[in-house]
Amino acid sequence: MLQIDAKILMNEEIAPERYRMALSAQEIARQARPGQFIHVRVSEGYTPLLRRPFSVHRVQGQKIELLYKVMGKGTEILSKKKRGEYLDILGPLGKGYRLPSATLKGSDIILVAGGTGVASLKFLAESILLGHPELSILVLIGAKNKEQLLCERDFRRLGCRVKVATENGTRGYKGLASGLLEKCLPLSGDSPNPLVFACGPTEMLRRIGEISRRHRLPCQVSLEEHLACGIGACFGCVVKAKSSTYTYKRVCKDGPVFDAGELIWE
Amino acid sequence: MIRKAKEKSPNLAIELAGISLKNPVMVASGTFGYGEEYAELIDLNRLGAIVTKTITLKPRLGNEPPRIVETASGILNSIGLQNVGIDAFINEKLPFLREFAVPLIVSIAGETLDEYVELAKTLRGEEISGLELNLSCPNIKYDRKLMFAQDPQATHQVVSSVRKATSLPLIVKLSPNVTDIASIARTCEEAGADGISLINTFLGMAIDVESREPMLRQITGGLSGPAIKPIALRMVYEVHKVVEIPIIGVGGIMAARDALEFIIAGAKAIAIGTGNFVDPRTPIKVIDGIREYMIKNKIKDIKSMVGSLKCPKGSL
Repeated sequence: MLQIDAKILMNEEIAPERYRMALSAQEIARQARPGQFIHVRVSEGYTPLLRRPFSVHRVQGQKIELLYKVMGKGTEILSKKKRGEYLDILGPLGKGYRLPSATLKGSDIILVAGGTGVASLKFLAESILLGHPELSILVLIGAKNKEQLLCERDFRRLGCRVKVATENGTRGYKGLASGLLEKCLPLSGDSPNPLVFACGPTEMLRRIGEISRRHRLPCQVSLEEHLACGIGACFGCVVKAKSSTYTYKRVCKDGPVFDAGELIWE
Repeated sequence: MIRKAKEKSPNLAIELAGISLKNPVMVASGTFGYGEEYAELIDLNRLGAIVTKTITLKPRLGNEPPRIVETASGILNSIGLQNVGIDAFINEKLPFLREFAVPLIVSIAGETLDEYVELAKTLRGEEISGLELNLSCPNIKYDRKLMFAQDPQATHQVVSSVRKATSLPLIVKLSPNVTDIASIARTCEEAGADGISLINTFLGMAIDVESREPMLRQITGGLSGPAIKPIALRMVYEVHKVVEIPIIGVGGIMAARDALEFIIAGAKAIAIGTGNFVDPRTPIKVIDGIREYMIKNKIKDIKSMVGSLKCPKGSL
């Protein structure tokens, strides 16, 4: 974990209100694993006061990339930052996707992305293929409409199979990415037990957890939550998880990636 | 310009309730965990003191989420004192914190008077520098509805009972959610407190107008951050006029100038809370900023600034 002033190398609108930002952050780039995030101070002043968390979307040499949607004041300020400006960032933070080599071997992988949840999954796909080029990855991308579908081409370029879902049916499956997953299961082919990795809105993740449980598929989900400290000190971002009764785990430190089976969805 | 070697650098050291601090900048309870996370980002040895996240007798799960919401220049929280409990704290958290050459003040909270006493007794013999009694957490429900710090009689009882149970320096953290903070502070002094932390969070709330639901699961929570600084400052000023024991100013300190305001108003030390979330380097920046201010204004000793407010003639 480091705190640095990172130079902005690029900040471009790639779809309506969706931006891709590249930062020069050598040491964070070296340490970052898929599913981890950085915590960005978007304003020197007190509006907004807190940092904003963003998944690492891609690592390339000394560069890290973020993919974000303008949601409120923080991301709006971020979207106006120019190349050459500096951002105070903390990272890499949190526990990312777990990729035990033994489980990966011979498995098919399914990545399910809702909206900008696609951000961390691209980094994941690149990492998996780097270590296991033989694996077959199916990517399911969901968005409200076809204009908001992100990264479809990027995944195809990596050699992944891609299917898309739009809520209004303007492209692909009509409905949520979770519905598309349901439709794709069980996978035809020789891998009966694909691993599922999902990132997106909480309700979508809850459904994907449920579908995976029914099909007995190991499933990891990356949660999106409002964070204060981002490093595990304040206990503000907790999620309910199973123990003998229940416990609260920190999204920022114990997550953001959890086994779907360990969470108590409410 | 190079300063002459014989010119002494300003003295930031203070003595607080019998504890020697190398500078008056502390980190506030609940915003710094048990130091483990921040140790990766800043040099803990530079801090004046560390106040740990509040410990209770038994582990606490804390409140149901959502627990935090950002408001204008502030944060509302209802964490509910999630913590590992005193035994795990002593066994698992304290050894790490002891590795640093920084006074350690352990914040404790009980739901009853007896729990406070029990906690103080349990910590007897541990290598810590002092206790902070958290009488003012707005996020745990007490049988009596009020926080201890909202009831002068209950405050007196807790402070005097804990006083008998420990020889450690005793700091009391008070709630701003009262009519007369000065009289509660005086009560603490009479009951044997060695110092007063001013202030804990203000009760507040936020509502999602689309769903008409409260933003926090507990409906209300404690407000912190720059939004509360002027009120915290006023309370330090009021209390400084009526007590002899030292005051630790807390509330929205983000920069050295904020800290200096508290010191001028009467705080002998200050603590950074929400500022740690915004920038983990805040305490270090505040220490450096205070030193720069002192050099610039030729102030040799920080103690000379405590309570140095210049009020217009004729004002009270």
